[in-house]
Amino acid sequence: MTKTQTVQFPADTLERVHEIIKRYPEGRQKSALLPILHLAQAEWRWLSPEVMDYVAGLLNIKPVEVYEVATFYTMFHLEPVGEHVIEYCRTGPCCLMGGVEVYDHLKKKLGIETGETTPDGKFTIKEVECLAACGWGPVFQIREKYYMHLTKEKVDEIIEELAK
Amino acid sequence: MKVTIDNITIDVEPGTTILQAARKIGPQVAPPAMCYYEPIKGSGGKCRACLVKVTAGSERDPRPMPKLVPSCITQVQDGMVVENTTNPQVLEARKGVVEFLLLNHPLDCPICDQAGECHLQDFAFEHGVSKTRTVEERNTFEPQDLGPYIQLHMNRCVLCYRCVYTADQVTDGRVHGVMHRGDHAEISTYIEKAIDNDFSGNVIDVCPVGALTDKTYRFKNRVWFTKPVDAHCSCDKCSGNVTLWYRGEEVIRVTARKNEWGEVKEFICNTCRFERKKTSDWVIEGPMKVARHSVISANKYGANAIKPAHPLKQAAEQYKQIDDTRDRSFLEPQKQLK
Amino acid sequence: MKILTQYIDVPGIETIDVYRKHGGYAAVEKALKTMSPDEVTEEVKKSGLRGRGGAGFPVGMKWSFLAKPEGVPRYLVCNADESEPGTFKDHYLMMKSPHTLIEGMIVSSYALGAKSSYIYVRGELMYVIHILEKAIQEAYNKGLLGKNILGSGYDLDLYVQPGGGAYICGEETALLESLEGKRGNPRNKPPFPAVKGLYQCPTVVNNVESIAATSWIVMNGGDEYAKIGIGRSTGSKLISVSGHVRKPGVYEIPLGITVEDFIFADEWCGGIRAGHKLKAVVAGGSSVPILPAELILKTTNGEKRLMTYESLSDGGFATGTMLGSGGFIVMDETTCIVHNTLTFGRFYHHESCGQCSPCREGTGWMDKILYRIEHGQGRQEDIDLLVDVSKKIEGNTICPLGDAAAWPVAAAIRHFRDEFEWHVKHPEKATQPGAVFMREGASWAV
Repeated sequence: MTKTQTVQFPADTLERVHEIIKRYPEGRQKSALLPILHLAQAEWRWLSPEVMDYVAGLLNIKPVEVYEVATFYTMFHLEPVGEHVIEYCRTGPCCLMGGVEVYDHLKKKLGIETGETTPDGKFTIKEVECLAACGWGPVFQIREKYYMHLTKEKVDEIIEELAK
Repeated sequence: MKVTIDNITIDVEPGTTILQAARKIGPQVAPPAMCYYEPIKGSGGKCRACLVKVTAGSERDPRPMPKLVPSCITQVQDGMVVENTTNPQVLEARKGVVEFLLLNHPLDCPICDQAGECHLQDFAFEHGVSKTRTVEERNTFEPQDLGPYIQLHMNRCVLCYRCVYTADQVTDGRVHGVMHRGDHAEISTYIEKAIDNDFSGNVIDVCPVGALTDKTYRFKNRVWFTKPVDAHCSCDKCSGNVTLWYRGEEVIRVTARKNEWGEVKEFICNTCRFERKKTSDWVIEGPMKVARHSVISANKYGANAIKPAHPLKQAAEQYKQIDDTRDRSFLEPQKQLK
Repeated sequence: MKILTQYIDVPGIETIDVYRKHGGYAAVEKALKTMSPDEVTEEVKKSGLRGRGGAGFPVGMKWSFLAKPEGVPRYLVCNADESEPGTFKDHYLMMKSPHTLIEGMIVSSYALGAKSSYIYVRGELMYVIHILEKAIQEAYNKGLLGKNILGSGYDLDLYVQPGGGAYICGEETALLESLEGKRGNPRNKPPFPAVKGLYQCPTVVNNVESIAATSWIVMNGGDEYAKIGIGRSTGSKLISVSGHVRKPGVYEIPLGITVEDFIFADEWCGGIRAGHKLKAVVAGGSSVPILPAELILKTTNGEKRLMTYESLSDGGFATGTMLGSGGFIVMDETTCIVHNTLTFGRFYHHESCGQCSPCREGTGWMDKILYRIEHGQGRQEDIDLLVDVSKKIEGNTICPLGDAAAWPVAAAIRHFRDEFEWHVKHPEKATQPGAVFMREGASWAV
């Protein structure tokens, strides 16, 4: 997204935004911030300052209130990311289940390190903490989908499928 | 209601916090405060510098509180008994808090404008140890200009949130805040933005350390060489009650007036602070009553200054390796007590 | 005895029709039509149900603290921000049987007099949020939510709120801040949420599992619930099992079975994976003290340890641990305790909100020291330094995250100091891939 484009949700998303705001008492529309940031990230992939300013306008709050929140929660991408963001769990239980080897394989397969994006803009790898799927580890998440019981072979399959 | 702090009993109104009660008794029992700031709503509870031991909760329920409590936000109960510097557990915890606050601090006091009136210096001197145990690399940030008047040195920040609350409560549009989290949390405007508001300069005064400094005063002088006088002017934006800081005949800095706890009661506007730097702009009232937290007391007003005797005594006894050539005569009466 | 998961594997249980066919929403009918809110609270009190999120505080008592000033709304907020490493039971329950939670929410909201209730789900579980939202819509369509539920005159709206990736929001006041659209900074207490919670109104925050259990309690009575379990550990508990067992997963157990049975019986974990031996267990989520094999199976009195709040904490932190959230992480002899402790230290460093100095600075410090030790740059004095730093954090922070960060580090050194020393003394060996210290004569030594 370039700066010259205006930031605006499509009509149906905007309708959803107004529905969400109604969940909270009058004057408490700031409560809708996290749900709307998720919608914004789904729309634009990452939260640029322009997007955050737009969200601030929707909720009638100060832009800095959005920045403070967006930088606190680690699900929000503050820099451009690839089409598929692979977020793998690095915490203890997933390590016990062989996570380290599987994730190393993933990085080798894509030829990038954690925090990087493939040159074709297809994949970004991020490291996250516990995803609450410890018994089904190793685990990573791509958007809303959980990929569990990962093995090197399974990683190959998933990447090949998504690369198509 | 009655509350006893370090064996001194005082009567206070219901709703008074332990820290306020202790301040009422006097500096010798007042816990240090890095984040609490009485004039700012919502401040306190964060830095943990003021932790105290409650050895009896109240007359009615005299059980001790299981954990140390932050005295700045804990209200007194009738018959409460509190230990501040008389409790080893408290002193141990404060040693820890000093160590934590200094862990990622650059210790650049020699080039910091706040040196001499820095609450972290005072706190470290009164409660810290003289040796560091960390060998880790410090987290660092680049200094940032927040507009023409204010500079942010995030490396020195202790994340007290005072400036954030001040901007919310004193100015009409906060543009800076705390970004990120954990030990990567930082004060920032996120996108480069000037803090541009008639009252924005007050964030400098509330900052307990040298994180937010006055760019018009940057590297101009050391505070202990300056001579503060109270002055006023008729200002259409604020009360116009300020302190002028002189070096010779020159006004090198204007600040709001602070009470003995380093707190500003009347916030001043940017015009007074940054633009009225001629003596002719002001009506001089006389020398400033020297605050507890100012080193200038050591040079100029020695006899009259209120000194936090107990912690200083402790520091002097405990950490002899500090090469401290200052006047220690004030310690004598305390020694006799012992 | 299964209370929450009896029908969890029935195909279609996520739909309201199948759920009702198996007795679902009978508790709503019973509570709203035949019981007063106080009677529901009374049954929950009698049940002895304790908060299943980790702290174990009696749910009925928490409810009874709720302030009820006239004309001020009250809120029930469900804490589904499950993020404690080792814990994934709420994820499992909500994903498989969303109506179990929704039914509990209706019953509990009725007891507390809440007209709007929120389920705060960690944002990563967006797919579970969609499952819950679909189920909630079904409940509205059947008249189980909304105005005048089942003609009882009771109105309730139920919403799902996503988090954004922050473990700290599992702390109830941080959760409320987050629900108000702010940074997840825990609040200073008092005031407690029961007096000033969401939007400064009286609020109860309960874990998913606690709320889900209230339906069964309404149907069968608090006394029946209290018959399950031992002493003050009543009822059933979902245990999330991860690590080196044959069958990791979520199990609903009656409180009171032995730890040994739980690990080794086929009904539960099915023993340690083939060819390996039990080395250590973290019994209640990453924050509780790790225990070596001999201490997790038996207390120092030689009694078999039970899966109860009391038995697991027998011996205090010197030789005991906690049931916590029931995140049961099992490690065999191939596990490097230093590395595992590092992942926990890193976790708490990453998740500290940064508000209070001991936690903000202390978690980062411990992480850095652990990193050095694990990577062959440890010094002998680092081990005692870690213990001291953990002590300076513990008890001195705004919220329990400080304790949660301090305990696993202190406990790992308490029980496995030799392993830390080995890393310091023999960095060339310790940094070899797959290298693990083997304690001579230990039950797990090979």
